[in-house]
Amino acid sequence: MKRRPHPVMGLLRRLDAWGRAAFPAASTALLMMLAGAPVDLPSAVPAVALACVFFWSVFRPSAMAPPVCFGIGLLQDLLGFAPLGIGILTLLVVHGTVLRFRRFLARQSFLVVWLVFAGFAAGAALLGFVLQAALNWRLPPPALGLVQLALGVGLYPAIAALLTRLHKAMRRAETLG
Amino acid sequence: MIRLSIPLRQALSRLSLPVLIAAALGTMLLGKADTALVERSRMAVADTLAPIYGLIAEPAAALRDAVQELRFLTALQAENARLREENDRLHRWQAAALALEAENGLLRRQLNYIPEAPASFHTARVVADAGGTYARAVLLAIQPGGTIRKGQVALDERGLVGRVTEVGSRSARVLLVTDMNSRIPVVLEGSRARAMMTGTNGDRPRLQFWPEGTPPREGERVVTSAEAGAFPAGLPVGVVHWSEGGAAEVELFARPGRMDLLRIFDFGLSGILPPEAVARPEPRARR
Repeated sequence: MKRRPHPVMGLLRRLDAWGRAAFPAASTALLMMLAGAPVDLPSAVPAVALACVFFWSVFRPSAMAPPVCFGIGLLQDLLGFAPLGIGILTLLVVHGTVLRFRRFLARQSFLVVWLVFAGFAAGAALLGFVLQAALNWRLPPPALGLVQLALGVGLYPAIAALLTRLHKAMRRAETLG
Repeated sequence: MIRLSIPLRQALSRLSLPVLIAAALGTMLLGKADTALVERSRMAVADTLAPIYGLIAEPAAALRDAVQELRFLTALQAENARLREENDRLHRWQAAALALEAENGLLRRQLNYIPEAPASFHTARVVADAGGTYARAVLLAIQPGGTIRKGQVALDERGLVGRVTEVGSRSARVLLVTDMNSRIPVVLEGSRARAMMTGTNGDRPRLQFWPEGTPPREGERVVTSAEAGAFPAGLPVGVVHWSEGGAAEVELFARPGRMDLLRIFDFGLSGILPPEAVARPEPRARR
């Protein structure tokens, strides 16, 4: 993207690059909205947001910048009913921590990444628990955090499989272009 | 895009995470401080997403219906067996009822039994719960020009309640069987023994004067007796209950504490009627 594109192809190419850059954030937001649909199940929005942010932070950090994390966290807080800011802070902390280890993580097998993600999900659940207790000034039921943890760990393989495919397709398009 | 030098850009990108974390903490404080704003933004998001959710809800509902249907189908077998069993049982009872009906008809023909004409009744609303000479009596609102007369029998939806003792142009007073002045001739249904049911002003009237050798049994049904021509035979009254003090009492079917509508039956009886004028301490004009 640094060198000047060919003038004829310029617009299309720029559109393409722009779409690729915006895709992770847009797809995450879309998945969260779908997960937020009112069904008789516990809301999977935080789990989906965490899995997406984790995945893109590891494999495509340029598209998952801190402001994007902030926006996704804000959307998560607005879709749920927890005190505002918890999702934002959790996702930003996860994003920052993942960035430190991404060189190690990107080379590992899926199973290792999944295990690491489980650790992150546990940490996020704990952080959410502590923040809720601090903001509401009473202990929330621990089952809530455990359900979110289980949902996240359980949903990650499905989300990762989908996103890996998309990620590979995007990378192929980039090497072609 | 603004062109920035590379070191500055790097510095900015390194700074953005701490700054945003600080912003997140600020958001928390904001959410604590201004809950109305948070509610408004939540509602705005929900309003935007509502049409999408509406679209999603339809296939989701279809799926849920299908699952429900499937569950219903699996339960069909057990349900069917249960219904068949119940149907068998009901058939047996129907056969028993038909046989009894036939036998009843046969016996009636042999007895040359003349069935009683169905009694006519009026329904009246209870408007006041006490007053007058009696401690346990209710006042009914009746239509002017109605056919309610003294001595008619009042029942609620479960059983005998009392007798009409006074009739005005728009109201009638019913003396309840629980009143101290009430004496009702009754029959103990098990032994066919006659007895008197005497009100005590309490919830349960007492039984008195039953024939020697046939004491009322606990749980025996008590019905009215046609003795003295005040009541028709066989109106349900209650069941016998022996109190702790050793007195035979009647647990009424009717609920004298909770009456709102009474049926006033005209059985065409003119046995013992209440006296025309009950001595009162004060003149009637005061009411």
